[in-house]
Amino acid sequence: MTLLITLIAAVCVTVIWYSNERARKLKVGALCYMFWGASLMWMVDAVAEYIELRADYFTPSGADMLNDSFLGLSVIALALVVWILIVLVKDPENVIQKSLKQNS
Amino acid sequence: MACFLVPGVEAVITTTVTKIIENKEKKQEAVQLEKGVSLGELHKEKLSRKLNRLNYLLWGGSGLLAFEHLWHGEIQPFFPFLTGAENPAEMFGEMSTVGVGMAVVVTGAWALVTFATDRILKREESGLKREAK
Repeated sequence: MTLLITLIAAVCVTVIWYSNERARKLKVGALCYMFWGASLMWMVDAVAEYIELRADYFTPSGADMLNDSFLGLSVIALALVVWILIVLVKDPENVIQKSLKQNS
Repeated sequence: MACFLVPGVEAVITTTVTKIIENKEKKQEAVQLEKGVSLGELHKEKLSRKLNRLNYLLWGGSGLLAFEHLWHGEIQPFFPFLTGAENPAEMFGEMSTVGVGMAVVVTGAWALVTFATDRILKREESGLKREAK
């Protein structure tokens, strides 16, 4: 479930990055790298788990699914926090710089 | 257990290599500017930029995986920091199979993307040459 949620996030973010100039300016590419990197790594983890569990891999318990979904959403939230920090530090549109100049 | 450490270590190595290459490229660029730059060279993507893509994939991926391990209580705030260290044989076994697999898959995906971007740039370059003729 974590893999699935991260993979969907990776695809959505990549579509946004590809189709939107402003998104590219706002460093959405950083989110692409984070989600694709994690998705590829979890994919390897999933294959290793599948080799171990076989068909049982596809029938997780309800509690496991809920926990994994919650983890997937938390991973997205963490990546978004990292991205917003990157945007604030790099300040690609000079918004912070302008507001600091106005206040001083 | 500790599989994320393998791509993490790879990230440290590739980031160090990227910094060294970046410095070399800056020096080479200065020399090239004196000699004059060709159209082909101008469109060529630098190796450091390609390697940076791998760095972002590795850092991003292993960072989010570290969070997953924290979530599952596999990382602790005191020595040896990983619960898997209680059974080193199992931990190193997982690192050498799943961990190495992760590093190989991410590096392979990066190699494919790099090959594709090279082809796109070459296509653009040959289009420009055709227009010039």
